Formats: sequence, structure tokens, C-alpha cells
Amino acid sequence: MKTKISIFIQNFLRYRHLLVELVGRDIKIKYRRSTLGVFWTLLNPLLMMAVLSVVFSNLFKFDIENFPLYLLSGQVVFTFFSDATTSAMSAILDNASLIKKIYLPKYIFVISRVLSSTINLFASFTALLLVMVITRAELHYTMILVFIPFIFLVAITMGVGLFIGAITVRFRDIMHFYSIFTTVLMYLTPIIYPMSILPGWIKYVVLINPLTNIVTMVRDVMFYNSLPSLLGILIGFVESVIAMALGLWVFYKNQDTFILNI
Amino acid sequence: MDNKDTIISIKNVYIKFNLASERIDNFKEYLIKTIKRQVSYDEFWALKDISFDVKRGDSVGLIGVNGSGKSTILKIIAGVLKPTKGSVYVGGSVAPLIELGAGFDIDLTARENVFLNGALLGHTRPEMEGFYDEIVEFSELHDFMDVPVKNFSSGMVARLGFSIATIGHPDILICDEILAVGDAKFQEKCMVRIHQLMNEGTTILFVSHSIEQVMDVCNKAVWINKGHLKMMGDSKEVGEIYRDSLKSHETDDSFDVIENDE
Repeated sequence: MKTKISIFIQNFLRYRHLLVELVGRDIKIKYRRSTLGVFWTLLNPLLMMAVLSVVFSNLFKFDIENFPLYLLSGQVVFTFFSDATTSAMSAILDNASLIKKIYLPKYIFVISRVLSSTINLFASFTALLLVMVITRAELHYTMILVFIPFIFLVAITMGVGLFIGAITVRFRDIMHFYSIFTTVLMYLTPIIYPMSILPGWIKYVVLINPLTNIVTMVRDVMFYNSLPSLLGILIGFVESVIAMALGLWVFYKNQDTFILNI
Repeated sequence: MDNKDTIISIKNVYIKFNLASERIDNFKEYLIKTIKRQVSYDEFWALKDISFDVKRGDSVGLIGVNGSGKSTILKIIAGVLKPTKGSVYVGGSVAPLIELGAGFDIDLTARENVFLNGALLGHTRPEMEGFYDEIVEFSELHDFMDVPVKNFSSGMVARLGFSIATIGHPDILICDEILAVGDAKFQEKCMVRIHQLMNEGTTILFVSHSIEQVMDVCNKAVWINKGHLKMMGDSKEVGEIYRDSLKSHETDDSFDVIENDE
């Protein structure tokens, strides 16, 4: 076991340059030939927030203080999860031509996709900070703790990404189904609505959703000047470990058959 | 390894492919078929009991008709495929030249691809910066380094791919039908480079349909027929016998390997 892990680490260190190149490529290609380039990562969440807050503060009125911020914080978390897992899903398939020809640790493709989404996460978080400053929202010291829910978020996303990237190689139907899944997940995350409007059993379903816990923690430290609850941290930690373990396990179980199915 | 001059050792290697008799692409079908125990495969042994050693500094040509398993052997040595049975030992870094330009991202420029491809082969960015001029020089693509590779001709892609793969001092260089592209002048240049690498101690694995090329480049040859090792030895001897066998079997039966297998 010990030697296995040291081989794993050696291998990872050997290919870390590749990881950097792959992340760089993802970002370069995404914004190539667009005039505003990387600014889009900043602009996108802002514009989405503008549209949604106009719609929701006129159509449905929720009793939420500073609704644009409430909305944007939920959206930053959810968009990261959905973008990262969606691109991780096709990571192996998109790199089929390489995997068929050169030996590479295959998880590197999934990790690079999640990491490039993480860079986008930083950009959209910057957008959130900008909106906070512009709307003269109070800035609290607890904001520093926002890294805690973000670490959980990236870990859970990585686990889900590894899992879904591995099984999609065999079951291509997932690619078509996944956008429906993320839509359901979006409505099961308190992004546009407050928890208080949820009736009985739906509330429990929403609470089970790992993203709910993360969004709640982000809002607690960013807007409400409160420390994340200990239970929240514990749940987030356990979920991160489970997601990573499950993702890695499924990935390792399946990676030798990738070449036969791509 | 008991003999430290042995760089590649292949022992009793078998490779089995499951040719699904009907393709199962979706999860529902898979589930139903598994429950009914109807998932049936046609087994196809692509390699059967292959054993051979390669000494450091040797250049070995793999010969055989189409579908005999030459590329499968290269894939095993490159670490892309794992043998179903048997063991493979490879004692050095492998630079795969299987299909030149496999690692290129066509949306990136030639310059960006040099660094991406270098990382795929395990070179760091500073290393690649050192090699950069040499690569441009050898590929003769001075004026095209900032052009996206999608605008390249196939010959230009091959030139760039060859120039990148042969930099540094790979212990083992795998060449699968690489010299079929590019003009005669560049082919000659490639041969010079391969000979130069050989002189520097690189082990070469060479697949070509031109038996003359194999006899010219290689000192050893391995003849694979229908997944079996038919003959191994001096490239001139094996090459002559192989050429004679092709003449005597003008109506070649190379394409029925799949049907008449056990």
C-alpha cells in the first residue's frame, strides 16, 4: 500500500507540468478570439445576476435582504459545480486520441477540467466581492473563512467529476441526461428562494443536497457575520471525503477499460 | 532484471479483446442484459503467447500483415494497453511516435502545441524552451509557429510532431508508420535523425510496411502473424523470409483474422 501511494505521488509530480499546460490550454481556448477575453468570467455572473434579480424581485417577492447578493452567492457556487462536473464528464472522451496513444495518468484530464473551472470560480467570486462593495454591503472579518466551504466545494466537485467522467465512458446516455439532473439540482439548492418558503418534506430533500450546506456556509460568513456552524463543517468534511473516495475508487476500477470503450 | 542490458522484456503476453456481438451503449440495455445474462462477447485474442526481449541500443522492426498485432504490441510497450495475461518490463522513458501529432490541439498555435506536446512527453516548460529553437529549426516551420495547427497541412503536422518527439534523449522511441507522411526530403531528414538517435544509444521500435525501410533501419526484426510470434532474429534474415512468404501467398488471408479465431 505504502509503495503504491509513493508511486502515485511520484507519478503525479512527474506530470504536474502537464496539468499546468492542460489548464492553460482550457482557458486559452475558452476565450480565444473573444474581445473581452477572461473578463467574461467576471461579467457572466454579473449579467446573470442582473437578469435574475430583475425577474425575481418583480415577479416573485421573497423576503430577503439584499436579494442580488443572496442570488449571486448561490449562483457562484452552483455554476461552479455544474460547469466543472459537466466538463469533467467529457474529459476522458474528449482526450480519447491521446489516451489511445500515450501513457498518461488518466485522472489528469478530469483534474485539469475541474481546476480550470476553479479558476473561473475565483473570477466569479471576485464579481461577488465587487457587487458587495458597490451595493455598500457590510464587510465582515468572517469573510476570510470563506475558504472553508470553497475547499469542500472543490473536493466534492472533484469526486463527482471523477465518478461521472469514468462512468460516462461506458454509458454515453449520461451526457444527455446530465443537464436535466443539474436543472433539478439547481431547484433543490436555495439559490433564488429562501429556505423558509419550503414546505415540509421538500425542505428535507433540499437539506440533504450537499450544495445547500455549502451555500449556507458561504452566506453565513460573507453576509451574516457568523461563523460556519460546526455541524456544517463536519457534514461538509464527511461529504468531501466520501465524494473523493468514491470518485477515485470508481475511476481506478474503470480506468483500464477506458481504452476499450473510447 | 537479471540482464541489465535488457530494456524491454515481454513474457508470455496475451491480449484479449471482447468484441461485443451487439453494441450496448446505454445503461438500461446493459442492466436488462446483465439481469438476463445475455451480455455476450466474441472473444478475440489479438496477441497469443508473445515473448521477446529487446537489448538497449537495439533497433527492432516489427513486421507482419495488417491486423497481425504489431500496433497492439507497441501499445503494450507504451503502457497504453495492459496485457490480459503475461508481464511486460520497460526500463526507460518511452517517446511514442504513434501517429504524429496525436497530441496536438488544433485550436492552439504551433508554438503553444510545442509546449503542450512536450509536457505530454514529460518535459517541463524550461526544458522545452531550451529545445524550442531546435524544434523550429528541424521542422522548418519558422514562419508558421504562430499559426493555429488546424491551418496546417498534414505534412506540416507530421514535421512538427516528429521534431518534438525526437528531442531530448528518449530511451525508447516508438515509430509506427510515421514515415508514410511528409515529402521525400523530410523523410530522409527523419531517417538521419533516427540513425543519429540510434548512435546515441536510443532503442528504436519500428513498424513499417516497407520491408526495405525495416532492413535499412533495424538490426533485429520480429515477425508477428495473427497474434503469434512467428520469427525473431536478424532483420535481414527475417525480412527476406517475410518477403518471400508474401510472394508465395499472393492471395493474402490477412483480413480473416477476426472471423476464424477460436
